[in-house]
Amino acid sequence: MAALTEIRWHGRGGQGAKTAALLLADVAFNTGKHVQGFPEYGPERMGAPITAYDRISDSEIRVHSNIYEPDYVAVVDDTLLHSVDVTKGLKETGAILVNTEKSKEEIIPLLKGYQGKVYTIDARKVSEEAMGKYFPNTPMLAAMVKISGVMDTEVFLKEMEASFAHKFAKKPEVLEGNMKALRLALTEVR
Amino acid sequence: MAIRTRMSGNEALAEAIRQINPDVMPAFPITPSTEIPQFVSTMVANGEVDTEFIPVESEHSSMSAAIGASAAGARTLTATSSAGLAYMWEVVYVAASSRLPIVMAVVNRGLTGPLNINAEHSDSMGARDSGWIQIYAENNQEAYDNMLQAYRIAEHEQVHLPVMICQDGFITSHAVENISLLEDEPVKKFVGEYEPQHYLLKEEEAMAVGPYAVSNYCMEAKKAQAEAMIRSKQVILDVAKDYEQLSGRSYGFYEGYRLEDADYAVVAIGSVCGTTKDAIDRLREKGVKAGLLKVRVFRPFPGEEFAEALRGCKAVAIMDRAESYSGQGGPLGAELMAAMYRAKVQAEAVNIMYGLSGRDVRVEDIEKVYADLQDMAENGKTFAQYPYLGLRE
Repeated sequence: MAALTEIRWHGRGGQGAKTAALLLADVAFNTGKHVQGFPEYGPERMGAPITAYDRISDSEIRVHSNIYEPDYVAVVDDTLLHSVDVTKGLKETGAILVNTEKSKEEIIPLLKGYQGKVYTIDARKVSEEAMGKYFPNTPMLAAMVKISGVMDTEVFLKEMEASFAHKFAKKPEVLEGNMKALRLALTEVR
Repeated sequence: MAIRTRMSGNEALAEAIRQINPDVMPAFPITPSTEIPQFVSTMVANGEVDTEFIPVESEHSSMSAAIGASAAGARTLTATSSAGLAYMWEVVYVAASSRLPIVMAVVNRGLTGPLNINAEHSDSMGARDSGWIQIYAENNQEAYDNMLQAYRIAEHEQVHLPVMICQDGFITSHAVENISLLEDEPVKKFVGEYEPQHYLLKEEEAMAVGPYAVSNYCMEAKKAQAEAMIRSKQVILDVAKDYEQLSGRSYGFYEGYRLEDADYAVVAIGSVCGTTKDAIDRLREKGVKAGLLKVRVFRPFPGEEFAEALRGCKAVAIMDRAESYSGQGGPLGAELMAAMYRAKVQAEAVNIMYGLSGRDVRVEDIEKVYADLQDMAENGKTFAQYPYLGLRE
């Protein structure tokens, strides 16, 4: 992994893109990294496009600007591909991850000629199968960890389990569902 | 032992408040400071602090209630941003002139308009002449550290003035970053118990707070207030020294980053300073002697110290995140240039407006500022005062 990894999240208000970005910062911190996880705020509304960011680094992070040339991009809602320039500035050495039920072949033409790697995951399918409800951020988080390699996936699962155990101390069934979603996402991303 | 963790600037502020455990916190929510009273009221509900939390109906009321509580003898706190601070206006002055050691967490956001919720310093800069001490932070760590030092300064017998602990809205208040916290006990010992000398609930001493003062006395009261502000300078340094003993982190009126031998200096406040440090490291690799003077204390204004620190520079860019609409630049530019003039510091200087309403500032933007400074010093390039950084044409 490079000394500094920069990730940009695109989602719609209410889908948890900000939460996913903050969770990723959290788990990366737990593995000893310097982190920065932050949302870009505008007039927030349910369903409006939102952006969130992660910086994960081996050394102290001082810069306080948005990320314009990310290593990775996550798109939590594929309808954004028509309205937001999600590959803008995205490094060709990096990758884009799209939550969609469509095939990769259907998605690629919507990425404005992006030459880097393209990954898709059907986060709805994963989420509904594991948790019985649609929370796209949990599968997207796992998929991002896998494609970016910001940490070992086994370490990631261990850290997430500890963090969920703390967060959902009184709701063990929620913990199980979330863990199942993470594991499933690691195999479903393609 | 230090506790290494990660949290947002607002969480860091709330954590400092939990450790201080102040007596009273009246507050009214406003973005982006809303989380602070939200976190504190949760702590109150969970019994983690015994602070009396007063949910008031407006910011004018939150500051009024803070004045009442502080005058009664309670260690008092509030938090606000932007229009909330503006709505307090009348009583912000009353708090300072009544010499009440209230601490206010200000999460900086621009004043309307156009209506916007993002980072700008126009709210606290607007209150720069209200008689409050103002201390600014670059990141969550500094917001936490400054908060822990605030009451020691405010309550000092040589000071008795309220303090604003400022950080940039969203950029630091909502960004989760690494932070090193102190343990509860050493913090409590450092901050100490509040034992006011004079207060309304003191039975053996009748006193009035905030009465009418006739012209024969009023000017003397203002002079005494101004003197206290000047005396606070030494107290700010002394408290910082004690805090360094405790935390290992050193603070002063400003932080100089690669400033000592700098030919070109940026002077700025808040989160942009981190971005500037990255730009400086890039430029130093190319042999450009770039440096930063990061303003921590804006009130009192340590003009002599700032000017002295810039004496060896060839050109200086003074960055303001608040318009004054004076046609002359912003508040930091105006005050620092006056201080440089008095100190006969002859560097070329330009006052730059940046980051208004949250306009993002990149490392590349700051590199351009240094390139312009070089152009000024080496090629005699002149600027129409005063440029806007990153303005869309």
